[in-house]
Amino acid sequence: MQLVSKVREPLITGGKTYSDITNDICKCVEDAPNKRWLAALTASVITLAAGGYYMGDMLWNGIGKWGLNKTVQWAWDITNFVWWVGIGHAGTLISAILLLFRQKWRTSINRAAEAMTIFAVICAALWPVVHMGRPWVGIYWALPLPNTFGSLWVNFNSPLLWDVFAISTYFSVSCLFWFIGLIPDFATIRDRAITPIPRLIYGMLSLGFDGSAKTWMHYEAVSLILAGLSTPLVLSVHTIVSFDFATSVIPGWHTTIFPPYFVAGAIFSGFAMVLTLMLVTRHTYKLKDYITMEHIEMMNLIITVTGSIVGIAYITEFFIAWYSNVPYEQYCFINRMGGQYWWAYWSMMACNVISPQLFYIKKIRTSITMTFVLSIVVNIGMWFERFVIIVTSLHRDYLPSSWLYFTPTIHDIMCYVFSIGLFLTLFLMFAKFFPVVNMAEVKAILKSSNPSVYKGRMTIKNEHVPEKDRVLEKEYI
Amino acid sequence: MASTQHEHHDLHDTHDVHYNLDERFEFSSKIKKDVFTILGIGIVLFVIGLILSMIGGGHHHASIENADNLVVSINGGHEVNPVQNEQGAGHGSHHGAIGWLQRLYANLWLNNVFFTGISLIGIFFFAIQYVASAGWSAGIIRVIISLSRFLPYMAVMMLGVFLLAHHDLFHWTHHYLYEKFLADGVTPNPEYDPIINGKKGFLNIPFFLFRMIVFFGIWLFFAYVFRSESAKEDLENGSTVRYRRLVRFSAFFIVFFAISSAISAWDWVMSIDTHWYSTMFGWYVFASWFVTGVALITMLIIHLKEWGYLQFVNEAHLHDLGKFVFGFSIFWTYIWFSQFLLIYYANIPEETVYFFERLSRDQYAPLFFLNIFLNFVFPFLGLMTRDSKRKMRILKIVCTIVIIGHWLDFYLMITPGTLKDAGNLGLLEIGLAMIYLGAFLYVVFQGLQKLPLIPKNHPMLEESLHHH
Repeated sequence: MQLVSKVREPLITGGKTYSDITNDICKCVEDAPNKRWLAALTASVITLAAGGYYMGDMLWNGIGKWGLNKTVQWAWDITNFVWWVGIGHAGTLISAILLLFRQKWRTSINRAAEAMTIFAVICAALWPVVHMGRPWVGIYWALPLPNTFGSLWVNFNSPLLWDVFAISTYFSVSCLFWFIGLIPDFATIRDRAITPIPRLIYGMLSLGFDGSAKTWMHYEAVSLILAGLSTPLVLSVHTIVSFDFATSVIPGWHTTIFPPYFVAGAIFSGFAMVLTLMLVTRHTYKLKDYITMEHIEMMNLIITVTGSIVGIAYITEFFIAWYSNVPYEQYCFINRMGGQYWWAYWSMMACNVISPQLFYIKKIRTSITMTFVLSIVVNIGMWFERFVIIVTSLHRDYLPSSWLYFTPTIHDIMCYVFSIGLFLTLFLMFAKFFPVVNMAEVKAILKSSNPSVYKGRMTIKNEHVPEKDRVLEKEYI
Repeated sequence: MASTQHEHHDLHDTHDVHYNLDERFEFSSKIKKDVFTILGIGIVLFVIGLILSMIGGGHHHASIENADNLVVSINGGHEVNPVQNEQGAGHGSHHGAIGWLQRLYANLWLNNVFFTGISLIGIFFFAIQYVASAGWSAGIIRVIISLSRFLPYMAVMMLGVFLLAHHDLFHWTHHYLYEKFLADGVTPNPEYDPIINGKKGFLNIPFFLFRMIVFFGIWLFFAYVFRSESAKEDLENGSTVRYRRLVRFSAFFIVFFAISSAISAWDWVMSIDTHWYSTMFGWYVFASWFVTGVALITMLIIHLKEWGYLQFVNEAHLHDLGKFVFGFSIFWTYIWFSQFLLIYYANIPEETVYFFERLSRDQYAPLFFLNIFLNFVFPFLGLMTRDSKRKMRILKIVCTIVIIGHWLDFYLMITPGTLKDAGNLGLLEIGLAMIYLGAFLYVVFQGLQKLPLIPKNHPMLEESLHHH
């Protein structure tokens, strides 16, 4: 038995029992798809198809369809790539780092967050591939394979190649982690299945999990090892993404704070995306006893912390640019604030630095509406952050005669919409066919409390608590 | 009971294990003797080192003239400050005297920065425990905050050494750098440095002192509030008012610390190499401070346990502390490596000069690599396994190495910029560091006596006592 302090809020409310957990979560998978889900899926598929038309057109005609020009050779493509990779970071953070830190509140949200990670990484990987112009050759040109066209090798000095390794490793480990975590829950669904097809499919997916002590032992050991592996991985991925820019000599890109600040920004946007998705899932599947206000508040706190780290990094960069007395650096940052892209810079500052500060107010961070709105605002801000870093640094390069302005075309916009459509479609499929909450892990934390703890917990309704543990209003401070 | 390894009592099932929650630390004569031994050896080494340095011992002064020959120097073309120029010219008569004084100042500054950081981490780590609602650490929270007892002394030392020695430590404090013309108003001043002149809005003595005083003032305020709120909690059984108040204050402190620690790092360390800049530097210094602080907390807790206090501390607590030392050693390496790689890769002379100054001098280059070994390789391999984090003996070895390693890290941040070729790592350096350590331990142990060791009304205390 583990003691839990009275000052802690409960992680699962509503007096749930083990069988309640199984029923509540499996029901989402077993029930026929409801209308709202079908409507959402239709909308996502339409988005995907509309974006797909432009993506296909772009691939057919070449990336000249995008608004890139000879000065700004990288714009929405790399912005979208970094944005999606960043979003992917929350899943691994929740499942690996919070596991190592023994944060039990992670159990209700880790499943969906990990799924989101995988889909976000897929959406991210899309960009380097499609921007190659001829992706069918590009895919294997990116790999360090000796080829038959001459002794051409990839450039091992390039951080872009390191990205190939980092992201493919990250994707593999994240998939593995997610799938291993799903096995016990698949077994539960398999055992409950009453029709042959689900029994067959979930039976295969559960890899013969039998729930014996030995099986659980293996499961626990693998989870810990993967958590240990994922932790440096999650840091390395966005670090290497930041190297894509920071190893250069372009003012606004080359700055030493980039690696940790990109990682913080990635977690920031990832948590915001988890919140956006989880709030919708929680509402649709009526999971408010599993994803409680405590969970939402914790995530909001992480958003505040990472948002503030990002804010400090912006100010540090700005200050050091002035302090360095390097005219290029100084110009670059002044140009960001007051140049042609001032609107992007100030959108970024408002969304990323100012908006998460609102969460210092308890009323705001425990308000579902505000949380939902701010979680979207944060992701808008993080998209602008990458856009600001990339485009404002490029459009004023060392050669003033080449200075240009970048304007996106419909293909830029619709290709981005395509990736959003892809992400939402994948997530909706996941939310229907896979258990959205990790039943096995939630069950493991359900009893990590003792009766005296129940006493202090006002969030549990009295009628769910045994007679002797019920509390009067005034007993609670 | 002394150093017997805590065998796994089954704390959770057998409720007959009771800890003395009112225990108080006594700074016994035995412990005092140990502290005075450190202090005594330190003084002896320091005095010998100082005398050796004063009688012109050491070959290092001879090379001062060569400093002019460095192609790129960190403070522009004329980085050798007048004191050193004099030494080059005077050659003999009094160069030793000024040499040793400068060396003393640089070392005082180094230890000031190092121990200020450690004391600060005591407050910061305390605040983190509250903000993160950590349960495991509730029982050792008083040990953590006790590091802050040394902060007032550091405030005095920082101010004192800066006022006394700013010209020897900080190139930017020389007023001639900012004069475009000589006294006649026509002849261009050869010493004029347009780059440093551009920084004078930030790097000027009044503003520097203002920042230093405000930071210390606010840090000391928080340290006082944390200690006194925690003390008041002991008298109020069953109320969580103090706890909640501490959480709120901790959040404020962390926000302030995030800003002030970075600015202090720019002020106290980065501005020594006045021309050079790195946006990562604030976090780099923080990372170094943080690992040292946690390693020191771990050492204190192990020793207290060996002396018969804090008997509730079991392998699980040590494991958690070990994880912090392990994890943040990797974090430090990550920050160190990112900063190094990006500067190395872009190869911009204004930036590489920092590493050039360290790697091109024989007395620093080996230490540069030793730094990585002590602060990364050693803790990484030493604390890799689960078992090693749970053994007091291994933790003691690794934490000692980590503390020494990070002192060396600060040595490498501060000495090459202040002493250039004249930098040395001898008895004076070792002796002075031991004096600071002895003083630090003396003050911390005195402070530990003032409150019961265990915050008996901490609402998370039960979690900590039954941590596994």
